Amino acid sequence: MNKPELLVTPTCVEDIESIVHAGATAIMIGEERYGLRLAGDFNRTQVEEAVRIAHKNHVKVYVAMNAIFHNDLLPELPDYIKFLNDIKVDSIVFGDPAVLMAAREVSPDLPIKFHWNTETTATNWYTANYWGRKGASRAVLARELNMDSIIEIKENAKVEIEVQVHGMTCMFQSKRTLIGNYMEFQGKDLKVEGRSKDRSLFLHDPERDAKYPIWEDKNGTHIMSPKDICIIDELEEMIDAGVDSFKIDGILKDSEYIQKITALYREAIDLYLTNPDEYDDKKEYYIETVKSLQPPNRDIDTGFFFKETVY
Amino acid sequence: MGTETIATKTAEGKRIIVKKPELLAPAGNLEKLKIAVQYGADAVFIGGREFGLRSNADNFSIEEMAEGVQFAEKYNARIYVTTNIFAHNENMDGLEEYLQDLERVGIWGIIVADPLIIETCKSVAPKLEVHLSTQQSLSNWQAVKFWKDEGLERVVLAREVGLEEMLEMKKNVDIEIETFIHGAMCISYSGRCVLSNHMTARDSNRGGCCQSCRWDYFLYAEDSKDTTSNKSVEEVKLFDNDDAPFAMSPKDLNLVEAIPKLIEAGIDSLKIEGRMKSIHYVATVVSVYRKVIDAYCADPDNFKIDPEWLKELAKCANRPTAPAFFENTPGYQEQLFRNHSQKTTFDFAGLVLDYDAETSMVTLQQRNHFRPGDEVEFFGPEINNFSQTVDKIWDEDGEELDAARHPLQIVKFKVDKPVYPNNMMRKETP
Repeated sequence: MNKPELLVTPTCVEDIESIVHAGATAIMIGEERYGLRLAGDFNRTQVEEAVRIAHKNHVKVYVAMNAIFHNDLLPELPDYIKFLNDIKVDSIVFGDPAVLMAAREVSPDLPIKFHWNTETTATNWYTANYWGRKGASRAVLARELNMDSIIEIKENAKVEIEVQVHGMTCMFQSKRTLIGNYMEFQGKDLKVEGRSKDRSLFLHDPERDAKYPIWEDKNGTHIMSPKDICIIDELEEMIDAGVDSFKIDGILKDSEYIQKITALYREAIDLYLTNPDEYDDKKEYYIETVKSLQPPNRDIDTGFFFKETVY
Repeated sequence: MGTETIATKTAEGKRIIVKKPELLAPAGNLEKLKIAVQYGADAVFIGGREFGLRSNADNFSIEEMAEGVQFAEKYNARIYVTTNIFAHNENMDGLEEYLQDLERVGIWGIIVADPLIIETCKSVAPKLEVHLSTQQSLSNWQAVKFWKDEGLERVVLAREVGLEEMLEMKKNVDIEIETFIHGAMCISYSGRCVLSNHMTARDSNRGGCCQSCRWDYFLYAEDSKDTTSNKSVEEVKLFDNDDAPFAMSPKDLNLVEAIPKLIEAGIDSLKIEGRMKSIHYVATVVSVYRKVIDAYCADPDNFKIDPEWLKELAKCANRPTAPAFFENTPGYQEQLFRNHSQKTTFDFAGLVLDYDAETSMVTLQQRNHFRPGDEVEFFGPEINNFSQTVDKIWDEDGEELDAARHPLQIVKFKVDKPVYPNNMMRKETP
């Protein structure tokens, strides 16, 4: 049985050693200018440093270029892709086909790989394979899929399949500055000056008694899920099916949390592969441990893995 | 590229527009399709029973589509079908047959978001044009070029694209561009919002959107407190209970005054949103934009916006409107707080079925309450709007009525000017 990759998002260069030590086999980083909803903002120097540390430990490095690009940034894309390729980043994560066009401009056969990740729209195996034919080596699946759909996609996919197993997910992205607009509408911007950037804001939905983290950055306004996905006790089906990568998203979490969660998933995956019965016995322990690590007021759930949506 | 002829000069030296954009209207059912075409749409987009968003709209059976196509052909109008879901594995079943049915009944093209449907269509129903849906949030010219290279005939742009960006796309890529000019819109990048999935388990990208973005929320800040042993946070509500709650409800798009710029930019198709809207809405909006486009193309250099057009559009609006991203990133002035919708100023009161020139009597299907003495307005493609005071009303059997109060009831009364079938009667909301 193949061992799935354990992909983690560090918040800064200093996180990388500890995450690698905890058992991550790949990291995803990026710069806010080109990538969406990153755990940390890495400039070019920091990306180079990250590659150095990760590769020394035989850990892969993926860099996010999954923004929805407008014309203004197009001229920069080939240069950034060339840079990432030259410093031997393993893969570029993209959603906008403009990235593929820019890569072709740099060279038709770059060694760097491409992971297709539009988040919400990666929902069937045919389309995953379509992007494979356009140059992607991997599809990152939408978080709104259930386990059966994920397994069926994996069975039919000719590209690698990545699934988020832990952390917050994005529910909404607007190009508008919705927090700033609201502040301005209220005429009370001074009272909350600087707040919109520090990611400590949330929307309360009284009807569902849910809290949705919200912030603004260069890419617009983002709203996140009210709970963190955690399926550390439901990994076996996907491991058996050969899902290629499990992602832990560290966005809006601190370094210590990310490192501890990584270690826990490392243990769970390894245990299932060596001793499935023992993994079964420890499931409750894993869940309880995750709960004890959760930030205050932030619950876990199983996302859409066991949920049916209607339409 | 960028060399298309948009305008030319007549022998007398007058500039005229030769590249007239398509006016594309929505239709939720066959009745709306016919109205849209009669009121001047060059093309209509509709939804089938499957594979499209707006699962709440009536939507068309294949037979109804065939009838719609036949009707539209008489007016040289085209029909497009929205097949713009992001499909899940199970949605692949029946797709090929469906696309072949669309091709067979003469649908001109489909509006698609998912490459699964693009490629399936190209292989099983190659006569259908394939247009990329706004669900792909297409925002730059390299991405436009990507889809051109994939063999698409047309792309619908993201709502976030402004005029300057459109011009650059036109300059760099030779492909038809369709853009929204009027109606409700997502405040998120289309296709990138799953609020509805999370809040109500309804899949927004398969037609189940419950419009959670238009609900009220409360904005809080979390202040971390590092007490000695336990980490905790204090939640601070940022505004008082009597402040307007946080909302993300956008005003509806209205680019009526920007039509000249869109035409000069060579945009190929101007799209009105609203498959869920009434025939009154479709008729009003289509007829105004028909007039604007025709007037501009006939004499661009002496064109002026007629204030009547703006008033007319306001008569069917159910939200305040704004130009959204056309020139700038919209601010709070283009959002709605507290009062999410405004009451419409006019009600659709009746649909003309017939007119007897000898007796000056109109036969009308009632669509809202009216009574003798009421001031009403008639409009339609054959007539200039006129006001009318309702005199005596009779039912089908010649019985005089004190009011037309039954929906869809057939009634008759005298009008001062001739009217035509499918003209409409509206009444100011009391």
